[in-house]
Amino acid sequence: MSEIMELARQRLLEPTALGDQELDRLMSQLLSNQVDYADIYFEYSRHESWNLEEGKVKSGSHNIDQGVGIRAISGEKTGFAYSDELALPALEQAANTARAIASGGENSQVAVCWKGESNRALYAAIDPIGTLADRAKVDLLERVEAEARKQDARVSQVMASLSSVQDIVLIAASDGTLAADIRPMVRLSVTVIVDDKGSREQGTAGGGGRFGLTVFTDSDRALQYARDAVQQALIKLEAKAPPAGMMPVVLGHGWPGILLHEAIGHGLEGDFNRKGTSAFSGRVGEKVASELCTVVDDATLPERRGSLSIDDEGTAGQNTVLIEKGILKGYMQDKMNARLMGVAATGNGRRESYSCLPMPRMTNTYMLAGESDPEEIIASVDKGLYAVNFGGGQVDITSGKFVFTSSEAYMIEKGKITYPVKGATLIGSGPEVLTQVSMVGSDLELDHGVGVCGKDGQSVPVGVGQPTLKIDQLTVGGTEV
Amino acid sequence: MSTVKHLQQIMGPDIQDIADPLQDVVEQALAVASHSGASSAEVDASLSQGSSLTVRLGEIETIEHNRDKSLSLTVFFGKKSGSASTSDMTADGIRDTVEAACSIAKLTAEDDCGGLADADRMATEFPELDLWYPWNPDADTARDLALECEEVARQAGDAISNSEGATVSSHEGVGIYANTHGFNGIRYGSRHSLSCSVIASDGDAMERDYWYSMARDRSEMQSAEDVGRIAGQRTLDRLGSRKIATCQTPVIYEAQVAGSLLSHLISAISGGALYRKSSFLLDHKGKKIFPEHINISENPHIPKALGSAVFDNEGVATKQRPIVKDGVLMDYALSSYSARKLGLQTTGNAGGVHNLMIEHGDKDLPALLKQMGTGLLVTELIGFGINNVTGDYSRGAAGFWVANGEIQYPVSEVTVAGNLLDMFRSFVEVGDDLDKRGNIITGSILLEQITVAGE
Repeated sequence: MSEIMELARQRLLEPTALGDQELDRLMSQLLSNQVDYADIYFEYSRHESWNLEEGKVKSGSHNIDQGVGIRAISGEKTGFAYSDELALPALEQAANTARAIASGGENSQVAVCWKGESNRALYAAIDPIGTLADRAKVDLLERVEAEARKQDARVSQVMASLSSVQDIVLIAASDGTLAADIRPMVRLSVTVIVDDKGSREQGTAGGGGRFGLTVFTDSDRALQYARDAVQQALIKLEAKAPPAGMMPVVLGHGWPGILLHEAIGHGLEGDFNRKGTSAFSGRVGEKVASELCTVVDDATLPERRGSLSIDDEGTAGQNTVLIEKGILKGYMQDKMNARLMGVAATGNGRRESYSCLPMPRMTNTYMLAGESDPEEIIASVDKGLYAVNFGGGQVDITSGKFVFTSSEAYMIEKGKITYPVKGATLIGSGPEVLTQVSMVGSDLELDHGVGVCGKDGQSVPVGVGQPTLKIDQLTVGGTEV
Repeated sequence: MSTVKHLQQIMGPDIQDIADPLQDVVEQALAVASHSGASSAEVDASLSQGSSLTVRLGEIETIEHNRDKSLSLTVFFGKKSGSASTSDMTADGIRDTVEAACSIAKLTAEDDCGGLADADRMATEFPELDLWYPWNPDADTARDLALECEEVARQAGDAISNSEGATVSSHEGVGIYANTHGFNGIRYGSRHSLSCSVIASDGDAMERDYWYSMARDRSEMQSAEDVGRIAGQRTLDRLGSRKIATCQTPVIYEAQVAGSLLSHLISAISGGALYRKSSFLLDHKGKKIFPEHINISENPHIPKALGSAVFDNEGVATKQRPIVKDGVLMDYALSSYSARKLGLQTTGNAGGVHNLMIEHGDKDLPALLKQMGTGLLVTELIGFGINNVTGDYSRGAAGFWVANGEIQYPVSEVTVAGNLLDMFRSFVEVGDDLDKRGNIITGSILLEQITVAGE
């Protein structure tokens, strides 16, 4: 048995004396109706955060959540129940509730033969909360604060937070899957307010990933976030009103890859495509982007925020090509939608926690590098917008309309960056926007590890990335007509 | 405390079965905190349960059962504090959680403004708000309702080509908040909803829209037929949508998106944003921020309303109060912490506001369209382009172009942008088509001018 499985069993099964026999019994109870697939998802999650403002770490919190989600699928029907008690009677009750989705009667499958496959671990099986002494966490936040204040006298407020999570999961499924994962996650965020004689602005930066907290103390990374946040706020102080209307837009590398997440990522999730509700439904093999565009969803990058050694159904994380040289290659799938569409699962079955149903979700979604020099891309624009940092975005997957909101952007005039403009929402149509990509830079970068993706009320950590790229026409939602 | 006994008389045993164990948990947690040397502490224990059922294309798609419990607590050692929470309400779980909070409190800095809300601000009267109408439909009942709703929506027109389904959900919850002032209050409520979303097609173009009804009392929900009919019609109405030219134009925010404008007001007058000086309404108390005819109030004690509460997250009594009177900002929304930071008194808004309402005229939406004449009717907003520090506003929108007071054609893939201070000042009229499905209750709002970016 792998070390990860051993640790997961110790945390999730042993305290309430659950063993193979009990798992077998629960599974056969679930399968006693006409259930096609069933799974049991055990989870223990511990979260700690420290918050600094006004120069002091004034608050901190600690949270433990644990429980078991039990799902039974019959055809396209899903029954689901969960329990925050790990004891057998509570699990049996949840199993009874979940399996009621299927009609009674004999199931062809009577016993499950567990296949514990060991998967490549993309991150260390650590508890990040313990990777730094509490005192050192407080010190780190104080150093971040000092670094921000040191940048400029106009910095009037600094808020910084540090959070660490350990998530331990164990999945037993009727297809024989018996898998476990130990997932660390840390994140440091800095927000500053700058005040120039009553004119105020805000800047935010941060990052993290699936590693320990010493990454922040062994490198300049945390202090760089502080500098970035201040710089962003100061630039915004100088920003003029953003333009309104259609124009060429150059997106910077890294986090602006949120474009891909909103414009095409959600529309390529298997559930929407099985149901035919996505603007991309039935379009595999068609050209949906300029041939400069190759986009992947890659769960296999070591220690990245969106990475998964296994997904929440026990499928190994994969690097899935979504768009290759402009052609739509396939969708992101969980087990249920893969089965119903007759394709293979792609390791994208994810859930916020044991109390939520899994569904197809993104991991790290990015566009591969092209050949253009980023400076040459900017120089090619006569009048347009250069957007380098973004807030959130959203998409209507059916109409394909998506938005993402810039938080740091500049006007490009006659091939030169001239002045900063205030944040504005960019709106476009997912199936069209990538056909407008006319230049792709050689400077692929992934974001710093702050992404949170929401779908049907469930939040999961994700990553995005891209090289600098040029979209010939996109609507910029400013105020200057 | 008296509230729990009172509850027993009106609720019958079912709520008591939930409340009693929570009461034990709360008392234990306070005792452990005090034993651990905390000078004061507050505890919140809650349990919610319910189920939801979704049908799609005439078949059951999912049945989900929920039961969540949570214990969260904050301990104070003088002016230092630490917080922790857990779903494990066993004696061990409680002890570990208090310990975790205590160990954090040892390292946090002293905070002069920290601590429980002042004892004299604790709620002492507990009017019955009539929020408890558990429903717990069985699967057959929920399925039949959802099926009827979806079927009506799918029959709304030939162009309806697909469905995201119809969902019936029913939940109820009980929570107890207690602190070392001796305050111990119970809150409880039920919440039921019926929603439906369908898709219409025209060639390659697809449009989706939805409708939902939500209420404390199942008998006050819209019928399955109404929800389905409105969902179907709204979806059909969007077919053939197009961009419009970039322009500055009057705009109407339909009631169900108009509440978002008031939620931006609340974010800007919330204590946290004010003491951090990250609000565009900093120092605006007593100033005119809307036209004179605009009045906005907080109404925490409306029977059966979705945002009603007797006390806030710190046990402080909530009260009916004006927020904007004759266009003037009368008061902020503060917790005791932010109030202390600002040298003010808490307004009973730890955790948010309760039933925010804007005074409305007697015009329905068609009459508002006539008043506007030509402009944009916004029915959906997407994205989060609001800068709370400056008030700069830019969001994606869909809706309808209106000319001569009549809807002309559906519009999509445009943005609406401005600055919230300017937008508030340009409120012209509030319709009587109130949306009561949330904590902010408003009709459609006509604004004098906004920038629309399109082609």
